[in-house]
Parts: sequence; structure tokens; C-alpha cells
Amino acid sequence: MNTAYALIILPVITGIISLFISSERLRRNLLVVVAFVHLFMSIMLCTGAAGELNGSWIGLDHLGRLFLMIVSLLFAGSAIYSMEYLDKHPHFDGPAIAGLRMPGNSNAVFVACMQLFLAAMSLSVMSTHLGLQWIGIEATTLASTPLIYYHRNKRSLEAAWKYMILCSVGIALALMGVFFLAMAASSHVQQFTPVGLALFSGYLKIEWLKVAFIFFLVGYGTKMGLAPMHTWLPDAHSEAPSPVSAMLSGALLNCAFLGLLRIYQVCAAVPGVASFASELLIIFGLISLAISGVFILRQPDYKRMLAYSSVEHMGILALGVGLGGSAIAAALLHAVGHSLVKSSLFLLSGNILAVYASKKIEDIKGLLKTMPVSGALWLAGFFAITGTPPFTTFTSEFAIVRVALQSHSWTIAILYLLFLLLVFIGMLTAFMHMSLGKKGEVEVDGSAGESFWQVLPPVVFLTAALFLGLYLPDFMRSAINGAAVLLGGKPL
Amino acid sequence: MNSIATLLAITCMLLLGSSRLLVSIRMVAFQGILLGLLPLFVTDHIGVAAVLLMLTNIGLKSILLPWLLTKALFESGTRREIEPFIGFGASILAGVLLLAVSGYIVNRLQTTAQISSPFTLIAGFFMFFSGLFLLITRRKALTQTLGFLVLENGVFTTGLSLGSEFSVFVELGILLDVFVGIFLMGIMLFHIDREFDHIDADRFNELSDLAVDVGDSEEASE
Repeated sequence: MNTAYALIILPVITGIISLFISSERLRRNLLVVVAFVHLFMSIMLCTGAAGELNGSWIGLDHLGRLFLMIVSLLFAGSAIYSMEYLDKHPHFDGPAIAGLRMPGNSNAVFVACMQLFLAAMSLSVMSTHLGLQWIGIEATTLASTPLIYYHRNKRSLEAAWKYMILCSVGIALALMGVFFLAMAASSHVQQFTPVGLALFSGYLKIEWLKVAFIFFLVGYGTKMGLAPMHTWLPDAHSEAPSPVSAMLSGALLNCAFLGLLRIYQVCAAVPGVASFASELLIIFGLISLAISGVFILRQPDYKRMLAYSSVEHMGILALGVGLGGSAIAAALLHAVGHSLVKSSLFLLSGNILAVYASKKIEDIKGLLKTMPVSGALWLAGFFAITGTPPFTTFTSEFAIVRVALQSHSWTIAILYLLFLLLVFIGMLTAFMHMSLGKKGEVEVDGSAGESFWQVLPPVVFLTAALFLGLYLPDFMRSAINGAAVLLGGKPL
Repeated sequence: MNSIATLLAITCMLLLGSSRLLVSIRMVAFQGILLGLLPLFVTDHIGVAAVLLMLTNIGLKSILLPWLLTKALFESGTRREIEPFIGFGASILAGVLLLAVSGYIVNRLQTTAQISSPFTLIAGFFMFFSGLFLLITRRKALTQTLGFLVLENGVFTTGLSLGSEFSVFVELGILLDVFVGIFLMGIMLFHIDREFDHIDADRFNELSDLAVDVGDSEEASE
């Protein structure tokens, strides 16, 4: 279990150290080294025997393993990508403000905050105590706000402010939920962990548990980007630098989702509350799908379009968990698939932005000609994100609709397919416009966005998404099924 | 204990009715002191950890944060909250309503579970609601920060009066998170003042999907 603590403490220490390193090259190398040490330790931890969670506040069950691997893998990809990104978007940390001396190094704050962000996400994923998990999730907000404000202009400032206020208020609601949950647990409950609470589910007060779930849903739902609490998400995800957008969309949303799953784990153990929680999740899921469908349809900005697509996929996750049965396992698989694909797309959007210097869809034409590699990946990413076979996202989206049909929830199934179709049409027009056609009037040099390190992470992630769609390895299957069983679902 | 709850409610009322930002900051600082003292009355046994927590609470919420916010206030050159979406008189009226709602909720809750200190719970809910109210109806980014702080204070009071005690580490962690959050907001106030020449959060209009084409004002971030 010591490795688990190291996963949290290491990035904190190196993050603080990197504030004081004066060499730009050394600092960036440190970021990549930390990312890969973290990835290596996570793999060691996840392949090892399942640790018993004997009253420990930090530990890994099947759910934690799944999400830890996502976080660690995406961070490694983003770290590699950041190396060149920081070269192309140099940035000085700015003068001292309010008597607080900021380090004068360029990018020092960025590199430090990236590592603190990693630590916060690791904490939120691995904590089994619900109060500790809250601390982790709030810490992710704090560490990522300076990252969103990286470009130091009005737009990014506005996005960062909205993100900070809305997410902090949302998470304050979740803290209220934590207190209510403590109230629901009578003195019989020894440990304030999902497992501990579920074990004594007979003693939980049902009314208080319901109120707690509502607060958790609204609170962590805000952070997760469920509509109608999603309003900060398109701004933050589109204004942040691309490697950060990839982390926010691929890893952070999942951390908040895990927060929701933990309370669901408790609710699933109490018969009267389980159906109540599921219904709420289905409603919020469908609203998210509807809103994202409408806003994607006429979206002029491709990064915002990707952000709304994240809202859509979070809706799918909530819907899947709400439907129950094997849809829970499908939702977890979908979380993995979405993370891989969405982070690739955000990284690729950074390549496009570096070449065209515009976020408008109408400004970009003939990607396949100007940037052959990124353009091809961009198109592949489109098919993956809209759930086209043979990508893994198709498997999971199809499994969810199958469960809906089997349980005769016709309305849900029809609405779900309708909204997916809306999103598909909206994204199809945008992606086709960008990828196909001639180079356009403006002469652009595509080689600026095609360097090896900027293309490698998307290639790896998209290949993984394709591979998982063709063949789900046994260890993945058992991890997902184990996690689904924790949540009261059936294996896939 | 009941007197502290009453004082907390009064500070909230004053916050809702005051247009002078400096007064508002002082009021929140006073709330921080009251909040720090509250655990002494609620719990029976007081250990070293509880005293430590109390001192940290007072130090952060009633000295450090108000200092930072006052500095941000003087830097921006604004003194008053101008034309809130809901006027000050109406805000106080809304405050009375919120207080009544809080009382009603606690009354309902008491039927399902034994609550040790209903008065502080009412104060907690009231602070929570008035924090939200400030966040929604005020224009200045500074007032929104204050609103968030009041809301957090409300959550803290609620947790305390529900008697949900975690270990000191968790409590400290929560306190630290809230502190760093508001500290960051304070820093951002300086940036907002410099970039926008005002700290009116409602005039943030660079990003929106609902606005008609913003056109040329939209600059691609470099």
C-alpha cells in the first residue's frame, strides 16, 4: 500500500521542486519523468494482488484501479505532448502581484500545477473515505484553475473564473451531501467508506440518504459536466491549452464521475433508495444528451464542439449507470473509451490550432492535405467519438441501448438514439468540412503541427480504442466486471 | 451557543443589506471569528486538535483572507456594490424569507432525527442560502467571492451542528481546500481588474453560445 501513498506524494514534492528549477529543459524533463514513474507505479499497483481495505483511507478496489489507470495513462500522454506545446506557446509567468512574488520562470507555474493536478486526481481516485475523496476532488479544481488561465488573456480569465466559482459552489453542495450522509449513518457504522456504509445498509436512514444523494448528484454532477450544471465546461475546456483540455475532459470528468459512483455504491445496497437514485441518473443523463445534441448541431468552434461532446458522453455514463444491470459495466467501458478518444481529439485540436491559429470550423479546410497524419487521426477520432464500429465506444453505446430495450424502456431507448443521431449529424458536418476539400485560400504550413511527439499520444490512444473494440482482453473484462459488481450491476 | 447562532444570522442580514464592500469584508471576517468559537460550545470535550483547528480557522478566515480581499478592493478602486440585480431592501426581505425557510427545513428534519443544536443548524442553512443569494444577485466578482465564503461557512456550521465529526486530518484538509480556493479567487480578482478594468462578473461576455455572433471581438487565443 506504500506505493499508493507514493503516487500522491511524489507529484506534490516534484511539483513544488519544479517551481524552483531555473532550467526550462530540466523542468520539462522532470514532468515527463514523473508522469512515467507514476504510470509505472500505477501498473505495478493494479496488476498486484487486490489489497484489502482494512480501515485504510487510501486503497484500490476494482473501481479505483480502472480510474487510476485512465488518469495515469492520459497524464503520460499529455506530459509528452506538453514538451513541444510549451515550445510553440511560450509564456512568461508574469510579474509579482499583490506583493506575492510569482516565480519569474516561464512555464514554472504550468509544470508545477500539472503535477499537483496529477496528485489531486490520484488522491480522489484512491481515497476510500468519502470526506477524503471530497478533499481530492476540490483540490483538482484548485490545481487546474491556473492551468486554464495559461494563456493570460480575457477569454481564459473569464473561463477560469467561471470554472472556479461554479465548480467550487457545486463541490460545496457535495460537502453538504457528505455531512448528510454522515447523518444517515447511525452509530452502528464503523467506517465512513462506501464499503463500510454498504455493509451496514440496514442501519442507514433512508430519507437522509436520499437527500445526501441529491446533494452529491448536483455537486459532483456540476464537476462532471452533467446538464444543466454544465455551463462552465465548454468555456473551460475550450480556453485551456490543449494538453490540459485533454486531461480535463479525459481524466478529471471521470474523477467526478467516480465521486458519484461511490455514493451510488452505497445507495445500490439500500433497496428503497436504489431505484430513486437510478431514476435521477437517467433523467440527468437524458438532459445532458439533449442539451449537447442541440448545441453541437450549430457549433462554430471546434474545441467547444469537443467540450459539448464531453457533456454528451457524461450523459451516456449517467444513463448507463441509471439503467443498471449490464449497462453499468457498459458505462464503465464507455468511460475508458471516451477518455482515450476525447483526449486524442483534444491533443489533435492543439496541432490544428498551432497551424491555423483559429478555433473556427469555417476557417479550416483540407486538413487531410495540409496535415496528413493529424488530419487522418482527426477523422478516425470522429468515427471513434460518435460510436462507429469497430471502436470500443460502439460496443459500450450499443450495450447500453440493448439493456434499455431488454427492460422495455422504449422512451429512454428512442430518446437516447435520437440524441446520438443529432450529435452524429452535428459532428459529421463539422469534421467533414474541416478534413476534406482543398487547402483553402490561406497558405498554411502543416508541418508545424506534425512533429513526432505531438502525434504519438493520439496514435497510441486511438489504436488502443480500436483494439479494445475488436477484442476486450481478459484483465480488462475482469476489472470492469469486478467494478460493475461493486455497483450492484451484472457482468458485461 | 444560541447567541452565536443569532449573531451569525445577523451578520448575514447585514451582508445582504450593505452596499459598502469594505463593510461586507469586515462582516465576513467577524463571521470567521464566530465560526472559530462555535466548536467550543457544540462539543463537550475539547482536545489539543480542536483548539488547533479553531486557531487555524480564525487565522485563515478572519485575518488572512479579509486582508487579501481588502487589498484587492483598494487595488480596484471600487467601494460600493452598484445596482445589484435585486435591491438591498428587497435583499433583506429575501433574507427574512430565507431564514423562515431554514427554520421550516430544520423543523421538518427534527421529526426524522434527533438534532443536538437546532439553532446553529438554522443559522447554518441560512448562511448557506444567503451565500448562494449573494453569488447569484450581485455583480461584483468580489461580492461573489464573499458569497462563496459565506456559503462555505454555512456548510461548515451545518456539518458542525449535525454532529458529523470526521478526524482532524479530514477537517484540516477541508479547511485548507476552502482557504486555497478563496485565495486563488483573490488572486484572480487582481487579474480581472487588470484585464477588464472592472470587477463586474456580469459583464463577462467573451464566451457564450447563446449570444449572437460576437464577430471581430472574438480573438483566437495565440
